[in-house]
Amino acid sequence: MTVPAGYFFVLSLVLFVLGVIAFFVKRDLVSQFMAIEVMLNSANLAFLALAKAARFADAQAVVFFVVTVAAAEAAIGLAIVLHIFRRRRSIRTADLDSMKG
Amino acid sequence: MVIIVFFALAFICTGSVLGMILSRNQGTSALFLVLAFAALGGVFGLLGAPFLAVVQVIIYAGAIMVLFIFVIMMIDMGQGIAREKKRWALVLACAMALVLLGELGFAARAAWPGPDAATASVTPTEIGRLLFTTYAYPFELTSVLLLAALAGAIVLVKKRDP
Repeated sequence: MTVPAGYFFVLSLVLFVLGVIAFFVKRDLVSQFMAIEVMLNSANLAFLALAKAARFADAQAVVFFVVTVAAAEAAIGLAIVLHIFRRRRSIRTADLDSMKG
Repeated sequence: MVIIVFFALAFICTGSVLGMILSRNQGTSALFLVLAFAALGGVFGLLGAPFLAVVQVIIYAGAIMVLFIFVIMMIDMGQGIAREKKRWALVLACAMALVLLGELGFAARAAWPGPDAATASVTPTEIGRLLFTTYAYPFELTSVLLLAALAGAIVLVKKRDP
């Protein structure tokens, strides 16, 4: 007996929504970036669950590419956060309002 | 038996993401996320993806979260960051999230492919073969992408020459 793919899909939905809530509740760049990572992971899980239901055998190779791109994205994003911190001594999103008219 | 393991992993996963949302310390939330991603690796294993389970634990729970913790240690936030003062932001976020959950669930029910057959788990050997035959071109592009990300990150955080 195995777990139906729908259960995995529901778990991924819940994780995605929790990531959205975290993105809006957190007030600094690093935590919001972590929330984005949660959403990315839940999307991976949803893809795998759907691939299992639709019998798409290559899904794991595709998810492998997604994880690789996510690693590159995390490196660049954190470098940008560090750069912002060096220039403005703050990563609170409320402080980053220089584009405000 | 498998379903008990699934629910335990799902509970750990959602619980630690909730802990990440509720904790005010960035380091604590990063550690909660390590736990969440490790549990998600277990979920991948249950989905018949042992290779991705290992990749998830090594790359996400290992490499990427360690990168986050490095940055958190380099950024000194002093007292930590106060939670949002305005209550309506939290209420609005939860309401929006619930709407989104309903919408996604509705869309998924309409598009669900149907009952799944019991598929055997894909072995790492098959994935390796796929990566070097069907997906050889994207695989090579990925290496260029990683190199570009490496160079970009170094240029971004490099201190200006005096």
